[in-house]
Amino acid sequence: MNAVVTASGLSKRYKNTAALDNVSFQIPSGRIVGLIGPNGAGKTTALKAILGLTDFQGSLNVLGFDPRKQRGQLMEQVCFIADVAVLPRWIRVREAVDFVANVHPRFDRKKCEAFLARTKLTPDQRVRQMSKGMIVQLHLALVMAIDARLLVLDEPTLGLDILYRKQFYQSLLEDYFDENKTIIVTTHQVEEVEHILTDLMFIRDGKIVLDADMDAIGERFAEVMVNADRAAAARALGPLDERQVFGKSIFLFDGADRAALEALGELRRPSVSDLFVATMKGTYT
Amino acid sequence: MKTFYWLVKREFWEHRGGFLWAPLVTGGVFLLLNLMGIVTGEVFGFRHGIRFGSMDFASALNHLGPNDAGKIAMVVDTLMVSSSVLLKLVLGIVVFFYLLGSLYDDRRDRSLLFWKSLPLSDTETVASKLVAGLVVAPAIAFVTSIVAGLLMLAMYATALSFHGVNVWPILAMAHPLRTVSGMLAMIPLYLLWALPSAGWLMLCSAWARSKPFLWAVVPPVAAAIVVGWFNMLGGFGLQTGWFWKNIVGRAFGVLPNGIPTGLGPLGEIENVDKAAQLGQYIATENVYGPILARTELWAGVVIGLALLAVAAWLRRWRTESSV
Repeated sequence: MNAVVTASGLSKRYKNTAALDNVSFQIPSGRIVGLIGPNGAGKTTALKAILGLTDFQGSLNVLGFDPRKQRGQLMEQVCFIADVAVLPRWIRVREAVDFVANVHPRFDRKKCEAFLARTKLTPDQRVRQMSKGMIVQLHLALVMAIDARLLVLDEPTLGLDILYRKQFYQSLLEDYFDENKTIIVTTHQVEEVEHILTDLMFIRDGKIVLDADMDAIGERFAEVMVNADRAAAARALGPLDERQVFGKSIFLFDGADRAALEALGELRRPSVSDLFVATMKGTYT
Repeated sequence: MKTFYWLVKREFWEHRGGFLWAPLVTGGVFLLLNLMGIVTGEVFGFRHGIRFGSMDFASALNHLGPNDAGKIAMVVDTLMVSSSVLLKLVLGIVVFFYLLGSLYDDRRDRSLLFWKSLPLSDTETVASKLVAGLVVAPAIAFVTSIVAGLLMLAMYATALSFHGVNVWPILAMAHPLRTVSGMLAMIPLYLLWALPSAGWLMLCSAWARSKPFLWAVVPPVAAAIVVGWFNMLGGFGLQTGWFWKNIVGRAFGVLPNGIPTGLGPLGEIENVDKAAQLGQYIATENVYGPILARTELWAGVVIGLALLAVAAWLRRWRTESSV
């Protein structure tokens, strides 16, 4: 397996709290990994460690480089978009393209211009004159024209309206992603990414609490809608979570016997957001 | 090398206002003031019947002694350099605030995260900002100042020629080429002299989580006051004046005024500005040699490079400001 990211025993402490607590994981090539966790769970710290923006204990290998020591070489292969508002406000579209074209060895100017042609952006427009949605279009055009092996997205669609959000992920899937590329994405808008993810990682209090590919998750977790009269039987099987809808109870099970569940009621695959809520229960209390 | 060029270009794009427009506008204002002066002179001259362009003036030129010619040349050279006084002041202010914001502003508005997403080394970034502040900005300001000086001479020459005075002999006595090359030769000297200040300002810029201005200004001034206080109590025998001049002064020494020439052959010309006003001295070994021989200069260079190294290290690891 050619791993893009290999972390073992990754730890990072800020004064009293552990942002990352002895975390180990591996991300293979050609995946789209959703790194999902509540606020302050350590997502951003993990991404910063991968991008060589912070120091840490333990070992981390990204594309064969140590992000702490070989950041220059690493960043030729890695791109990231850290939320929307990070393009410098003074820069013009033309200047941004010129600059990246001249400092990035893997940037394809024609590709970038083709992406830009699909938007309403004009070469002389400055970032400060753009809406958030237009800024992210520019950023995406720049990033998608770079032939990088790893793309890190940290809340890339925060504050965008639904049209831009859909367009964002659609462009990534249609025009960018292939089996040689890997995408790591963190977001709170789980519903919008769940159908594009191949892998899911839940992080809570600096620990990885779930790390599996989507197929495995479909096999491992199941949701059953149960009539009130059989709720007690369902509870006896030890569900992860229970909630009420229209007088029925919905139970979420982790690794329960399928046959036993089917006897109770209608079986279905849980959504990532339901799984997330169930897993993170009690985080803020 | 290509990356470095584009990094410097990026700084120029971002700070076009300070680097290019500030000197151009200053030069323009300077010329306008001179033009107003000429017009005023003409109007008053006309009203009061004073005539410059008499035969006496022209014939006086023909009967100059060798010393007079030298004095006229000095006046013309000085006139030409006079534009640089204002421009250097503007340059100092622009460079001070540019360097102070150079490693802070992009942390504050988080655009640092965009720059950090590109394969750029932090050392190279810091170096590009240093070059933008201490080479590009001064070069533009000095060239503007030279052009403004030449335009001003042309303006006076035109005004005088209307009065029938042939100005070419006067201009021929001056040393415009020497003055121009002398001013250009100041750029490397300025770079070396301002290095500790640039290092200090960029260090504060990379260090501060907020208010880099206070970080840059308060510690040196407070230290100087403490030294002065100890001195008053008859303390360690530290020289208060020395401290103000060599620590505080050098920390803010991006203002290109007051680079000391040292004593020696120049005697009364205690700093470069004075030398600049006496255009003929500049860029001769009379000035360059003694300045390059000074320990303060090289001590400053060493300290400046050390401060810049720390700034580059901070740039590598510090990605956040408090806002």
